[in-house]
Amino acid sequence: MSDDATIETDVIIIGAGPIGLFAVFELGLLDLKCHLVDILDRPGGQCAELYPEKPIYDIPGIPIVTGQELVDRLLEQIRAFHPHFHFSEMVQSLTKLPDGRWQITTDADTTITAHAVVIAAGGGSFVPKRPPIPGIENYEGKSVFYAVRKMEQFRGGNILIAGGGDSALDWTLNLAPIAKKLTLVHHRDGFRASQHSVNQMRELVNEGKIDFHVASVKALHGEDGVLDGVTLSGADKTEWHHETDALLPFFGLTMKLGPIANFGLNLHENLVPVDTEKFESTTPGIFAIGDINTYPGKLKLILSGFHEAALMSQAAFRIARPGEKLRFQYTTSSSSLQKKLGVN
Amino acid sequence: MKIIATDRKGKIHEIDGNDGWTVMEALRDAGLPIAAECGGACACATCHVYVDGEWFEKLPKQRAEETDMLDMAVAAESNSRLSCQITCTPTLDGLKVTLAPE
Repeated sequence: MSDDATIETDVIIIGAGPIGLFAVFELGLLDLKCHLVDILDRPGGQCAELYPEKPIYDIPGIPIVTGQELVDRLLEQIRAFHPHFHFSEMVQSLTKLPDGRWQITTDADTTITAHAVVIAAGGGSFVPKRPPIPGIENYEGKSVFYAVRKMEQFRGGNILIAGGGDSALDWTLNLAPIAKKLTLVHHRDGFRASQHSVNQMRELVNEGKIDFHVASVKALHGEDGVLDGVTLSGADKTEWHHETDALLPFFGLTMKLGPIANFGLNLHENLVPVDTEKFESTTPGIFAIGDINTYPGKLKLILSGFHEAALMSQAAFRIARPGEKLRFQYTTSSSSLQKKLGVN
Repeated sequence: MKIIATDRKGKIHEIDGNDGWTVMEALRDAGLPIAAECGGACACATCHVYVDGEWFEKLPKQRAEETDMLDMAVAAESNSRLSCQITCTPTLDGLKVTLAPE
């Protein structure tokens, strides 16, 4: 089944948040190698994306640590195990091979084969927030864009940007010089974005190079996914028509379950039911740890996920190394574990 | 105190808000579909609600952090608040909120 391009490893971890990262550690102690896939462009999951600067007070033994510090420390802790990361990729399919192993493919056509798959996907994939404008999905990819991949595509365009954060302001500043016309709309005359960007934007408005309105987009007008205008609504609820051929909404990211929903895991309210001995789903060889799983008494705490990673690893070892005896050891006393960790 | 919450289908729910809980926690505890992805850290804008009429004025003023975070809400209006930043108190008995679209 596998060709030259297929990566072979022991365990595939879907999600590189704190629990996925710690799973690398627990699996590593048992000599199991890991590949991690994450839709974000860096490790850390929610800790890095949602609250990098927020303090966390309930990590055992660390009275206070920020989201990003926890991620950095976990990365340091697992460095000796050389995990392979596949960032900015989303797992699209999960297939069982005739030899009993599992194969995943990503939206970047990465194919990985492993003995076990660990879903540590938290609340799902981070995807751009979609404004609740009727029919917006019909315009996505043609006239509505949540990211700018190629700036050239917008040269000479009549562009409408919605939002007040750094992405909205950064792209306003970047696209203003190449657009024929650029309009920024935001629900208030104040911005979350850096003051420097806001000042630059206001300067462009004063120079008449771009427009800014306190307004929000209420409706899209066009045909076959091609936009020719929108209805804007101002602070006083007056509505007007605004001609545009591209809308770029920038409201940050939210979590959606994504393709995991199609993996046949008997989901319960978008969570993967697991047992509490192995944290295995109803499909043998597919495990789920951290916020994505559910079982009686489940608490969505990072510390719970760490525990789940340790028990899952024992079960994954038995799948990946059938016939081998699992030697339970402590890092405090085991010279072989210390050697793996690179501390001895 | 009681919270009168309108869900995204327009159905009205009367739910209990224990003093000291946040409105987000009360909504979540009552089983209303509020994502609250960051768990109440004022970091995601997915517990966004509209506060009805005169109640908006009665609420304690929002902190700058909340105002900033509302910039990440997809359908912010002049009466938008993040429910994780409103604390249930007896003076807010009868508070009326509507869940913002997802």
